[in-house]
Amino acid sequence: MDQHIAETAGYHDEQWHSHGHQKESFVTKYIFSQDHKTIAKQFLITGMFWAVVGGALSSVFRLQLGYPDMSLEWLRPILGGWITETGQLDPEFYLAMITMHGTIMVFFVLTAGLSGTFSNFLIPLQIGARDMASGFLNMLSYWFFFASSVVMLISFFLETGPASGGWVIYPPLSALPQAMQGSQGGMTLWLVSMAIFIVSSLLGSINYITTIINLRTKGMTFTRLPLTIWAFFLTAVIGVLSFPVLFSAALLLIFDRSFGTSFYLSDIYIAGEALSHQGGSAILFQHLFWFLGHPEVYIVMLPGLGITSEIIATNSRKPIFGYRAMIGSLLAISVLSFIVWAHHMFVTGMNPFLGSIFMILTLIIAVPSAVKVFNYLATLWRANIRFTPGMLFSIGLVSFFISGGLTGIYLGNSAIDIQLHDTYFIVAHFHLVMGAASFFGMLAGVYHWFPKMFGRMMDAKLGYIHFWLTFVGVYLIFFPMHYIGIAGFPRRYYSWTNFDVFNSFTDLNIFVTIAAIAVMASQFIFLFNFFYSMFKGRVAPANPWKSNTLEWTTPIRPEHGNWPGTIPNVYRWPYDYSKPGAEDDFIPQNVPFSQTLESNFPHENDLIGLEKEEEGIVIDENETH
Amino acid sequence: MHPHKFALWLFIVSILMIFASMTSAFIVKQGDGSWLDYNLPSMFWFTTAVIITSSGLLQWGYFAAKQDQLKKLKILLAFTIVLGLVFLVGQWYSWVQLVSMDVFFVGNPGGSFIYVLTGLHAFHLISGILFLIIVLISALKNKVHSKNLVRIEMCATYWHFLGALWVYLLVFLVFYH
Repeated sequence: MDQHIAETAGYHDEQWHSHGHQKESFVTKYIFSQDHKTIAKQFLITGMFWAVVGGALSSVFRLQLGYPDMSLEWLRPILGGWITETGQLDPEFYLAMITMHGTIMVFFVLTAGLSGTFSNFLIPLQIGARDMASGFLNMLSYWFFFASSVVMLISFFLETGPASGGWVIYPPLSALPQAMQGSQGGMTLWLVSMAIFIVSSLLGSINYITTIINLRTKGMTFTRLPLTIWAFFLTAVIGVLSFPVLFSAALLLIFDRSFGTSFYLSDIYIAGEALSHQGGSAILFQHLFWFLGHPEVYIVMLPGLGITSEIIATNSRKPIFGYRAMIGSLLAISVLSFIVWAHHMFVTGMNPFLGSIFMILTLIIAVPSAVKVFNYLATLWRANIRFTPGMLFSIGLVSFFISGGLTGIYLGNSAIDIQLHDTYFIVAHFHLVMGAASFFGMLAGVYHWFPKMFGRMMDAKLGYIHFWLTFVGVYLIFFPMHYIGIAGFPRRYYSWTNFDVFNSFTDLNIFVTIAAIAVMASQFIFLFNFFYSMFKGRVAPANPWKSNTLEWTTPIRPEHGNWPGTIPNVYRWPYDYSKPGAEDDFIPQNVPFSQTLESNFPHENDLIGLEKEEEGIVIDENETH
Repeated sequence: MHPHKFALWLFIVSILMIFASMTSAFIVKQGDGSWLDYNLPSMFWFTTAVIITSSGLLQWGYFAAKQDQLKKLKILLAFTIVLGLVFLVGQWYSWVQLVSMDVFFVGNPGGSFIYVLTGLHAFHLISGILFLIIVLISALKNKVHSKNLVRIEMCATYWHFLGALWVYLLVFLVFYH
């Protein structure tokens, strides 16, 4: 029997090796790769490209807001005709920039760049699988994302400019080409790009869910999954349920724009002329859009929370506090995310009773969110903390999650929301809680898993400089914005100097602009660190953070197939840090209880017999591949 | 469960969400008033019968594959594809009937919605027919048999889903149009 096991295992190894070495040319290894690790890196690099574009856009429109009289003539080589003859920013292009900043950051960076990178990279490695359930669909997922990126990028080069109706593309503004320049070709390309993006996102999500449910290694029960995997799993579930709804919304908008239907349009006069569209409802679009839009917030947020759970536990050298409560709160957030969408629509004239229902549901989200925060803090409490760059960014995430989440409690109340709707208070709130927080989750993940991705370490000192500049800078940007918002300063306005009330905020706006540009500039420290370390960084040890999860049991540079021999079995949960009696302060998941008699709890000693029985079970990998 | 089958079910869930959102949008829009009232095209009853029959034939074909009756399998698969095409043509004629009743795609959303629902369903049905053709080709190469059923099982699941989806849409339209 044992002989047989060894032989079948050996056979598989050979198969995987040949898969890893011989068949792959440059094209199949680096471009049309089906290896989840390469696809993850492709998502990461593309996401980083988009983050630079999105950040550059925000720097330019912050200049407009901070220094409305400044001459932007020096941007003419890049922006060309979008700089007016007097050297000012074209007002229509200002709207295009904020629209593109939102679209790029929410979808391309924090959805594709974050989920695409870390779900792809970590799911097979942490659950003990050779690859995703379908490597081919996974590859398609990236290339659909790439195609949608190309379409979105092309829209920048149209004469009429990219979409300009805000990232939420509310009709009728977005539906009528005569309404504004950006609603012409740019809006069409936006819709095409997003339709392709939805396909990419669905292919990815379906793959993640299938892989997590079907391809876990022996012993990897759901209650032994690292919290990263739980977060990616629920993110993918939310994606599968919500992105099709955005597709519906976009499809009807396409019909309204290009085929003359009236789903969202009714009783509209433009330049004194009545349009033929009758019987539609613009509010219908908002319902459809926010049914995706709100879960999208959690698609952006959950991966960061999962990554943080993992990094905080590892670097606190303590088990995560309340593992099951963490899973429960993730589940609760996922469920609640689908029944709160109308809190984005309190000012649409909805029935106040309906409004108060959505208000209560919204406020309930504070409960699981607070559970998560409490558990993070309890994990950090009296811990033996190692301040690695990844850990700092994770703690930064917790900080943003608290300060941004508190204003969420204000905004969830319809009475206050109606006052603060579409002001900079909202901008400050969501940039802290879902923008900066998710971004920090992404950066934390890159710093933490860089050694696994590229076999080298990132420079920690540059990481610290990057962290402090960014962390302080983000607060300097968004704290003042709350005050500007409470004063009633509306978002998306190109110019506010015509309003006497807002002139007193000039200095605050200048302050925010300087902070924003400083934060943007400090990201180049990260980019330098990233690319320099990829080639010249210190070679990473096998388990640089002394972490328990399975990815650190692979070779330093894993081939396609991840483990050269058999896949390790899992015997314990991933958070056995500083276990009393244990020799080291960590016990990886693949160490059986029979080898850790000195630190086992009584109920774990009972599991030893079970482990022996399970050893005899052979899993035929062919069945699943 | 086979991972690919599982992935298919998730794909089905995402399609379901598209139609759930569309039919919800239908109800929300209808609640707004200014709604066009019309009768459903009689062609719908014919196409419904066609799609249900095709599902039955495919299931019969699946049983044939299970018992290695390959000739029967090929014929049944071919007939399923033909009925799928007949369904599409029937849906087209239901649009012709709608136009003759002065219900247009461009105009009151009440009318537009029925075109979107049927059109989206037809679009997915084309993907189902492509899937059937792929299975038929591998059946012609004798690659679908009792030891290799995954593909036809997935195809049958998808096709039955598309049939059931149509029945849902029909019932929905009967009650809400």
